[in-house]
Amino acid sequence: MYENIALGKSKFQYQIFYFSIMHYTQSLLAAIYFIIGTSLYANTIPICSSCKVTSIKKGIEIAKDFDTLLIKKGVYKEFNILIDKPLTLLGENFPVIDGEDQGEIIRIVSDNVTVDGLFIINVGTSYTSDYAAIRVVRSEHFLIQNVVLEKLFFGIYLEKSNNGKVYHNKIIGDAKDEYNSGNGIQLWYSKNVEVDRNIVQGTRDGIYLEFSDHITINNNISTKNLRYGLHFMFSNDDVYTNNTFENNGAGVAVMFSKRILMKNNTFKKNWGTTSFGILLKEINDAEIIGNTFEENTIGINVEGSNRIKYNNNNFIRNGWAVKILGACYENTFSNNNFLHNSFDLSYNSKLNDNVFDSNYWSDYAGYDLDKNGIGDIPYRPVKLFSYIVNKTPETIVLLRSLFMDIIDFSEKVSPVFTPDNLLDANPLMKQVK
Amino acid sequence: MLKILKYSFYDLIRSRWSYVYFLFYLILGFVLLFLNNDVSKAVITLMNIIIVLVPLIGTIFGIMYYYNSKEFTELLLAQPIKRSSIFLGQYLGVAGSLTMSLVLGLGIPFVLYGLFKSDAIFDFSLLLVTGAFLTMIFTALSFNIAISNENKIKGFGYAVLLWLFMAVIYDGLFLMSLIIFKEYPLDTFSLAATMFNPIDLSRTLILLKLDISALLGYTGAVFKQFFGTDQGLIISLLMLILWTVFPIWRLSYKSKRQDF
Repeated sequence: MYENIALGKSKFQYQIFYFSIMHYTQSLLAAIYFIIGTSLYANTIPICSSCKVTSIKKGIEIAKDFDTLLIKKGVYKEFNILIDKPLTLLGENFPVIDGEDQGEIIRIVSDNVTVDGLFIINVGTSYTSDYAAIRVVRSEHFLIQNVVLEKLFFGIYLEKSNNGKVYHNKIIGDAKDEYNSGNGIQLWYSKNVEVDRNIVQGTRDGIYLEFSDHITINNNISTKNLRYGLHFMFSNDDVYTNNTFENNGAGVAVMFSKRILMKNNTFKKNWGTTSFGILLKEINDAEIIGNTFEENTIGINVEGSNRIKYNNNNFIRNGWAVKILGACYENTFSNNNFLHNSFDLSYNSKLNDNVFDSNYWSDYAGYDLDKNGIGDIPYRPVKLFSYIVNKTPETIVLLRSLFMDIIDFSEKVSPVFTPDNLLDANPLMKQVK
Repeated sequence: MLKILKYSFYDLIRSRWSYVYFLFYLILGFVLLFLNNDVSKAVITLMNIIIVLVPLIGTIFGIMYYYNSKEFTELLLAQPIKRSSIFLGQYLGVAGSLTMSLVLGLGIPFVLYGLFKSDAIFDFSLLLVTGAFLTMIFTALSFNIAISNENKIKGFGYAVLLWLFMAVIYDGLFLMSLIIFKEYPLDTFSLAATMFNPIDLSRTLILLKLDISALLGYTGAVFKQFFGTDQGLIISLLMLILWTVFPIWRLSYKSKRQDF
């Protein structure tokens, strides 16, 4: 839509130029063209300290629908900016909007609003209302891009707003405690929103979705957040791909949601007592494909989740690659690589209804006499030691001791404590590429 | 002391056992790297070997050497040489040559396979340092056993038992006590218990590098403090040094009072 306006303008300018070389032969036509142009196409209202309009609020007040506010470089000490008509707020060289910790900074209540290239700092902190740097309320077709947010409470807050895009923003928080910090990007009852190429760090939840369906979250980098890099609550049919989650309290928490597709993401270095790459809780029919889990305390922590497909993931040097905590049925793990994890799998019940088939396990010590690339003896991913550690966590200090290797071996030969049907009958001899 | 050290050192090198030991590690290193082609995985496998094998070889070698060179030792005792320098010289000769075999034997294949370009270099050097410590500790312990036991069979028996106890039985008892007393707060106890066994201590030291993500999974302030900061590394290294110094001190103390 906005691209169309821009295109129309340049075409129009070109035409002016063309007419002027034609020695004004059709100057009358040109004049008509000009008049039509100004009324059809949007105006640009420049805002700067020496311009006619010096504040953004004033700019919005005098602007007509589909105008562009061109905010020049400078510091604007404003808050509670209400955008109630379809406008484009375009920042030039990242003008600073300083909220001075007073409260919310921009609130969008109109459809078709674009916010581009602003630097917003000092959002107020409140325990009763969630002040956000940019809040979109009941609006559609919004576009928030190239915005930098610092010293924030909530970053971008989408409230019952559909069909929009949050693109290429940088949100840098300085959250210290969970109780007095907000989320980087929050979606609440919003549908069909695209969250793409954002960088979120140092907030409570990097990206938080609640009751939001059909959301696509791609190519974001979420790091150093207090709680979760990405958090789903009661949100269905969402997709997230190619994101990186590093050094968060936990990478991604998916809770009480259905049909989530998680593809080609990277989960790294989520260390700590309750740290996971992915935390799945009450999740059904999801797909986890092609992700990389590297050096997390727990790669995937699964609780009460059914019919999930885990394919082509890499689990590299995690404490626990997968930890299954019961009430999980009909999950399938196939073609995954389990490489040098302290524990490949931990299981707390004796009942198993999940399928492990054709994975590569770096701990597998079997042979392949018929050379079909599949090991001739099944692999048992649950070690007795992981069972003992579940019961008595302090025993973790005995990891990799000779004694443990001996009892693990005896358990492997005749399983007593671990489910005896929990095995990979076709362990691969070579890593899945 | 240096003269005796030098003598013992060359004596061992001439006896070919150091060569065998050196070649064993050399071949082991090459085979591991050839089969894995992955330096970081080979480091994990090596850790298992170092923790079990190095103490065993240190113990057996130490006790064998002591009993074998007993007549020579008695000859030296008749000379006007300080007793502590005789025994310390012999000890350092044995421990030195074993350590050298270990470090060179494992070092050469790893360097040839591009260790300096790999990020496993720190893990690997830590592995060698702990290996060296374990050699020193277990050789010193076996010298202590030997000096206290005239009877060779008894001495051998005790030495092997010592190894078996430290490598396997200790962990078994440790595990049982953790399971029996699991109702109680055990984190301080479990860390303290690792300190009293040099094998567990070196294992912890290597775990700190290899399995840190799993170790941080346990909820406990003491654990977090120990494993999450450099404190664990420093304390473990200090304890290893203590474990080395104490048997050596006892060796020189005992040698002064021993009636030969």
